[in-house]
Order: sequence, then structure tokens, then C-alpha cells
Amino acid sequence: MRHVISILIENEAGALSRVVGLFSQRGYNIDSLTVAPTDDPTLSRCTILTTGEKDEAEQITKQLHKLVCVFRVSALFEEAEGGIEREMVLVKVNTPNRNVRDEVKGLADIFSAKIIDVNAEIFTLEYVGTSSETDNFIQTLCKLAEVVEVVRSGVLGIAKGTHYMKP
Amino acid sequence: MTMMSGAQMVVRTLEDLGVDHLFGYPGGAVLDIYDALLESTKIKHILGRHEQGVAHAADGYARSTGKVGVCLVTSGPGATNTVTAIATAYMDSIPMVILTGQVGTPLIGSDAFQEVDTVGITRPIVKHSYLCQCALDIPKYIRQAFYLASSGRPGPVVVDIPKDCVRPSLRFEYPEQEGPVRLRSYNPTKQGHRGQVKRAAKLLADSLRPIMLVGGGAQLSGAIDEVRAIAHRFNLPVTSTLMGLGVYPSTDKQFLGMLGMHGTYEANNAMDKADVVFAVGCRFDDRVTNNLSKFCPAAKIIHIDIDPASISKTVTADIPIVGDAKTVLNQFIEAFDEFDLHENEALKTWWAEIAKWRHIDCLNYAKNDTLIQPQEIIEAVYKATNGKAIIATDVGQHQMFTALYYKFDEPRKLLTSGGLGTMGYGFPAAIGAAVGNPDSTVCLFTGDGSFQMNIQELSTCLEYDLPIKIFILDNSTLGMVRQWQRMFYKGHISSTNLNYNPDFVALAKAYGHEGIKVTSPKDLDGAIEKALAMKDKLVIVDIACNTDAKVLPMQQGGGSMSDMFLSED
Repeated sequence: MRHVISILIENEAGALSRVVGLFSQRGYNIDSLTVAPTDDPTLSRCTILTTGEKDEAEQITKQLHKLVCVFRVSALFEEAEGGIEREMVLVKVNTPNRNVRDEVKGLADIFSAKIIDVNAEIFTLEYVGTSSETDNFIQTLCKLAEVVEVVRSGVLGIAKGTHYMKP
Repeated sequence: MTMMSGAQMVVRTLEDLGVDHLFGYPGGAVLDIYDALLESTKIKHILGRHEQGVAHAADGYARSTGKVGVCLVTSGPGATNTVTAIATAYMDSIPMVILTGQVGTPLIGSDAFQEVDTVGITRPIVKHSYLCQCALDIPKYIRQAFYLASSGRPGPVVVDIPKDCVRPSLRFEYPEQEGPVRLRSYNPTKQGHRGQVKRAAKLLADSLRPIMLVGGGAQLSGAIDEVRAIAHRFNLPVTSTLMGLGVYPSTDKQFLGMLGMHGTYEANNAMDKADVVFAVGCRFDDRVTNNLSKFCPAAKIIHIDIDPASISKTVTADIPIVGDAKTVLNQFIEAFDEFDLHENEALKTWWAEIAKWRHIDCLNYAKNDTLIQPQEIIEAVYKATNGKAIIATDVGQHQMFTALYYKFDEPRKLLTSGGLGTMGYGFPAAIGAAVGNPDSTVCLFTGDGSFQMNIQELSTCLEYDLPIKIFILDNSTLGMVRQWQRMFYKGHISSTNLNYNPDFVALAKAYGHEGIKVTSPKDLDGAIEKALAMKDKLVIVDIACNTDAKVLPMQQGGGSMSDMFLSED
């Protein structure tokens, strides 16, 4: 089972390594990780995508909460109102001729992806969606053109509805 | 306004926190702190002979006194030598503050002389850690470290202090502490959930086959009177983990003995057949539960623990209660007032069943005239000390024999590495206890294997006049490993014979102490009396005992609580 875990931590040296270390030390895996300071620069918001049984996710949340540098932890999709997730991907594709360029342009329009950098041989595209939408976008693109580089941001998550995470 | 250097701030902060004993070992990165220590009249420094010993001593001090144990070591190897001791304290939730020197901040990351990433190396085995960046961080972080170490679920906290932060020439105004330490992201729950307490109290009051399981958490929170009051009020059978021994008096008729892998027959059977397990401050470790899928099949589990992550980690709790053991048990005592307690009669059938298990007399063993049995050493010391001594142990057979045959009636009397199982822990821990409890008799039960893992601390005891009584259960082997080899490895004895032991009596004398060798059962009591009578001397009593003795009873791996080997055959 897939779990998106949101964590609010102190924005200080070593805090992230405690979070990441906890996963490896207790045998949990990290599928993706994003982290950046929040509107309050003393805090960082971190989103971790992990897979495991339900009780495993529960144990991860409890262990994370035990870290002194951690304020809040929640498993987004286990909350009552659910969560929203987004992931950004940047993709470089080879565009050797006009035909391919048109196909890629057409696909970008269908997916509402942006072409953000262009030169004679290569287009760079930007796409934002859920993880499975992002998977789908990349797979479709691979069928039309030669994809030479893929950079995914990892999942960002936020709770739906009236729930919000504040210290 | 008091101007002082970072080094002076280290000393002053410790003084302000009431530290009177500091265990340490000097080195390059902490020279300035040691210089500042010379000026302190309040802190007595205890110089160990190895940083592992130093840190274990701080641990033994903490366990026996209930105060935070503090140690100070240098950077690099000084810090890495404390790692085993930090892990030991972490596994048993012991409040400790470890001050480590570090190379100067401009050198960090450059592979400088005696540089290691102490915060990184210790990260998985500390409750929290700090790396100071300037002198003014020192008082702040040390205060926070004490608060963290001693509150919530206690544990070791590392404060890493780079050399440039303690430079004597840089002086700052000392920030006096204003009010209690507060950390915005740390707020342990003390009070239990009222509704849960009520539900649990009702369940307990209605149960017909209850058992109370006491763990290290009850010991640490000082829930002594509360445990005893509740047990008496309900006429509850009580069992204990290794870490909980002494919380409930071992000589009381309601006590069934320790449970788990080497628990008693009655304790493990009572767990197996119980309808309610009332667990106070324990974490259901694998040495307690045996096979989780067969654990206490009939029981509802009430689990009190201050660490939410310990609840339903291995054994799923039916009624989880997060909170401090002492506080929550007091809530129980209030809640019980609302119930008509069943008469002690209600548990009559249950006690009759327990009496049958007790009748097996699982701790019985055969003595003989020529060969000393390890069990009788523990019993003899128990008798000679009236059960009042502070007992440290190392790890192995002698540790389990101590847990089973020394009847602890008071809390904080047993110092033993339960979670990590650290050989070499016992002797330095006894040093810490002797420093912190100068009026108590401190004994060490150790083995010929374990004792040699921190034997260098014999010098420390001479320097500080620590009259520890050391009983070596000397079977010329690594007894517990040998036991497993004999039971589960077809008798293959691989690397467990210790045929090149030193003459421990001569060794004691070489270090300036006393030594007595015992080889015959008839001399045992006399030797113990003689050792205890030398009040101001450290005495090593080297007792040759049965190499082939096994710690029994023993649970059968993969079985339920009550699947046990009771005898040799």
C-alpha cells in the first residue's frame, strides 16, 4: 500500500537527516522525498512517499513524531477528508525532425504540459499532475519520441478540506 | 554580568543543573574544558580508563540514583568509544548526557586529526543530539539536553562541542537560565486518556485471570507505590521484565518472578492463560513475548507507555494508554473508587491454578559437594547482603541467574544491560553506582568473559576508593553462547572456551585490590563473608563454577509463552 506522509520539521541543520535516517534504520523505504522551507522560514515541510502495510505506516508516523525536531506528522490519505497530491516532471525529448516536433507539441497540448525550452534537436517539457498521471504522461511521450532525460520532483501533498498543518 | 569562555560555560551550566559527578576522559579537543573544570568546587570529576567505561559509569550512576548521568570525552576515538554505551542507554531508556569534544568548526568536514561525525554516528542511538556552533550554544544546548534526557521516555542526548567554541580567549556574557526549558516541537504526554483509563479499570475489575506485567518504564517513572497499591488491592499476580525487577517486591507472595525467555514457569504460564494483561511501562520485546502469533491468546492487553511508538509495535493493545506510568496509575487508583471491587475471593480459582505451576518449583537445581553451581553463588550473595545491595551484572548466564535468584525487593537495585545485552557493561556501571551511592554495598556479578571487556577500570576503583565486591562466576567459557551451542548447534563448541584467562586474584593484587579464589562449595559462604567484611576494599572473588550449568527454565523458540524447557533432559 502506498502512503503519502506529510511532516512539519524544524528548519535546522541535521533535521532532514534524522527523518531520512529513521527510514533506513527501521527498514522502511522512501519512494520519493520533497522538502523545502514553509512561509515560516524556521519550519520545513517534507512529503515522503512510502509503501508498506497499514500498521507499518502507523509505526512510521509514530516513530517520526518521536523525533524531537518533528512538529506534526500525518499520513495524508488516511485522514478523514483525504489528501491532494501533485508531482512535477521535467522531460527532455529528442526532436530530430518536424514530424516528431509536431507530435510532441500535440501531446503537450492534450496533457496541458508546457514546452519550456526549445532548440533544434531537443524539447524540454514540464508537466504537473498526480503520480499516476505523471507516469502516464511519461509513458505516452516515450511512445512518440526518444526521451533522453526525466526529472521528477517527488510527490507534494496537502490535506483536503478544512484540515491544515500548523505547528 | 558574568563574562566567561565557552569552556567555563560548560562547567557553569553543569553546576547550575546540579551535576556533582562528571565521568570523563580528557583529550585534545576538550583540553580547555578540563582546564576550566579545575576551578570547579562543585563538580567531582571521575577519570575512567577507557571512554566506554566512562560512559557506562554515567549510565550506572543514572540507573542507581535516578539522576541524569553525565560524561565528557574528547573528539574522534573518544566519542566513538562511547558508542556502545550510548546504545546501551538508548535501548534501556536511561537519562544520560554525553558531552563530546569536536575539532574546531573551520576544520569540520576536512578529515582533521581526531575528527569524526559524532552527531552522525550516534544519530540512530540517541534521543536527540546537538552540534554547538558558538560558545553561547553551549548553555542552551546542555540545558535542553538535560531536559530531553530526563523527560518523557528518557534517553541519551549527545552535545558535540567544537574546540573553537570553548576557546579561553573568547569571552561572552553567561546567559542565566530563565524559567524551565521549553521546546516547541517536544511535548510528551503525561496524563492518560480518562476514558481509556476508565475502560481499562473496568476490564481489570471484571477479569478473572488477570496478570500485571511491570517493565522498565515503571522503574524509570518511580511508579513503585502505585504498582504495589494496585496489585494488593486487586490481589493481582505480578510478573516483571528484566528491567522492571524491584518495582514489585520479589519476595512478595503475589510475585510470580520474571517472565520471558528465561522467565519462571508460573509467570509464563500465567501470561499464557491470562484473560487480561495489565502492562505497565514495557515494550513487549522479543525476549519477552516468544512467538508473537502465539502470545497470550486469551488475553485482552491493557498497555500503558509514555512512548506511543511502543504501543502496538509488536503486541497489539486492546486498550492503549499513552502516559507516564506513575501519573496514569494514580488515575487508575482514582478510577477504581467508582467500582465495586470484586472480593479477593473472585481470583481464588486463578490463584489455585498458579499454585499448581508454582509447585513445579522451576528454579530448583541440584547442588553437589565438589562443584559449585552458579545459582548457589547468587543465592549465597543474596543471603549475605540481606538482599539490600545494589547489583550490577554483565551479560550472559550469570545475568539471568542474577535475575532469577537474587530477589530484588526495591527499585533501582539492579543495573543490567537489558535491551542491548552489552558484555562489559557491569563493572563500569557498578563504578557509577558506587560513586552515586557511597553508603550502599555495590556488588558486581560478572563472568570470566564479560569482566575482561572493561577490566581496565580496576585502576579507577583504586583512585576513587570504590569498594565494589566483584563476584566472577568463572566457568572458563562464554556460558550462554556455549549453552546455545550445546542445545541448538549439536554440541559444537566453537570459540567459546576461555582457556587463557588471567589469574584474577593476582590481577586484583596487581591493581592494588584484594582477591579470593574459591573452588569448593564448602568455602563459598566464608569467602563471600570475608569479601563483604572488607568494607573499604575492592575484592574480586573468583569462583570456579560448573561449566555445563544451563540457565533454565527456557522458552522453546517459536513457541508460546508456556512452551518451555524445564530441565536438562
